[in-house]
Amino acid sequence: MNEEILFSQEFWIAGGDFSNAGSVSTQIKAVLKDIGFDPRIVRRTAIACYEAEMNVVMYADRATVRLYATPSKINIQFDDEGRGIPDVEMAMQEGYSTATPEMREMGFGAGMGLPNIKKNSDVLEINSELGKGTRLDITILTV
Amino acid sequence: MAEYYHPISLVSEKCQGRRKCLRVCPTQAIRVRNGKAVINGELCIDCGECIQACPHGAILPITDPFVVSQDFKYKVALPSPVIYSQFRPDVNPKRIAQAIKRIGFDFVIDVSQACEEIAIAIEEFLSQYEGRLPLISAFCPAVVRLIQVKYPDLTELVMPMDIPREIAAREFKAKLSSEAACDPKDIGVIYLTPCPAKMVSIRQPAEKTSSFLDGAISLRDIYRPLLAALKEVREGDIDRDILQDFTFCAGWEMLGEMTRLLGSEHLIAVSGLSDVTKVLEDIENSKLRNVEMVEASSCMGGCIGGPLAVENMYVARSNITGHLVRCGPRPPVNRQAAIEKYRNGYYDLERRLAPRPLRPLDPDRAIAIEKKKRKEALIVSLPRIDCGCCGAPTCEAFADDVVRGLAVIEDCVWKGGM
Repeated sequence: MNEEILFSQEFWIAGGDFSNAGSVSTQIKAVLKDIGFDPRIVRRTAIACYEAEMNVVMYADRATVRLYATPSKINIQFDDEGRGIPDVEMAMQEGYSTATPEMREMGFGAGMGLPNIKKNSDVLEINSELGKGTRLDITILTV
Repeated sequence: MAEYYHPISLVSEKCQGRRKCLRVCPTQAIRVRNGKAVINGELCIDCGECIQACPHGAILPITDPFVVSQDFKYKVALPSPVIYSQFRPDVNPKRIAQAIKRIGFDFVIDVSQACEEIAIAIEEFLSQYEGRLPLISAFCPAVVRLIQVKYPDLTELVMPMDIPREIAAREFKAKLSSEAACDPKDIGVIYLTPCPAKMVSIRQPAEKTSSFLDGAISLRDIYRPLLAALKEVREGDIDRDILQDFTFCAGWEMLGEMTRLLGSEHLIAVSGLSDVTKVLEDIENSKLRNVEMVEASSCMGGCIGGPLAVENMYVARSNITGHLVRCGPRPPVNRQAAIEKYRNGYYDLERRLAPRPLRPLDPDRAIAIEKKKRKEALIVSLPRIDCGCCGAPTCEAFADDVVRGLAVIEDCVWKGGM
């Protein structure tokens, strides 16, 4: 990011905490509404963040989330500690999921997580290291 | 800025500044200033939570006085089906309808038929709809306004179809004006309402120019005269139109009744503003998958939990369940005719629901961001116990007020104020 960072905030997600899942994306949404972003931008960001948050809750141990706003974009980085994604290319395909039967019973694991993040963002970068964790860098253009 | 009509009045002399209302307001529209509560009309969604919370009766619902119906040649009552749940379970709903006539109405309308027809129209709509899901029911005005105020992005999901009480009034006016050869303006259809929010959808409907209803009388105001009339009405006194046309089987007064009529697995019913808010948040995050439609009611348990209802909601619920069992199967409805009407646009609303203007911290984004930083810093410096002494419901709301210039930091007792 070369642009001036106008606003930044940090959040934390605990892996496995299904009862609070979604709270970070709700907080991020509130920030964006306060700043006055267009409702469509807020929605896309909220959906991308929710999916990323759910991935952390389902597969990782914990994550730090950093929200940045610059004059031209919103950038959210999800940095998790966890098992990592074995095959990012596969994970990007719709319908592909490594969710356990328990997760599926809860209505998750439709294999739409990463594809949905991709769909709702303008730039998506994924860096994953097996056994260490995954970094998701989501960018949504605002101008 | 647009002026919003609100059916809620605050009697300043009665207000003792006890802040009960502050905490229950779902949109944080209330502040206590100089010891008195004030309501921000831009944020108020008319849910009536504050009316129920005030220990001094300082917040009053505004409904029409009982005499309003005298203004019309034909006085017609359209009771919310909630009314049939407000008496002992052995009181036949048809006797109640007859008693409503006795207290001064020429006709009483049963909303069941319209509910059945609109459920068919909704099924038809859903079967062809390919847009964003889930759709959200539109019959609760407070939910509709909550969405307009807090969830601008969800306005497009509110069911774009007219609601049973409106359709029932419209059909009755058409029928009577042709039968009696009179001007529809001579017919006054008055809703007997369990909540003040219905007043707004009559006076200032969100999706059309004017309502088919002409006023609303509170169930509370009508209860006593109705009780007296009920004593005089015997089973044998019931008019033939009531005996023939009333079914009571299909009102949407109780949570889940609308989804029951629709009979699909992909529907959920939610009530109570805090739960409704949770579901709306989930919809915004696109968390609700495989759900086609959400039936949402601002009052706990549905309209039977309305602030103007007289009977305890749980008792009312039991009474209705009893009526439903006794009324037997649902009335026959001409399914094809309802679908035909739907296809001809009969149930369409004049316009799509629009969100209320957004409220960023500042119209200028750079300044809004500066204010957001100040707000966050301020929140961290506050005790965050939400004592309400400053007059705002939470420390966060107080910080918001301060950066918007609506309060000063010294208003906080913990910051050396007072």
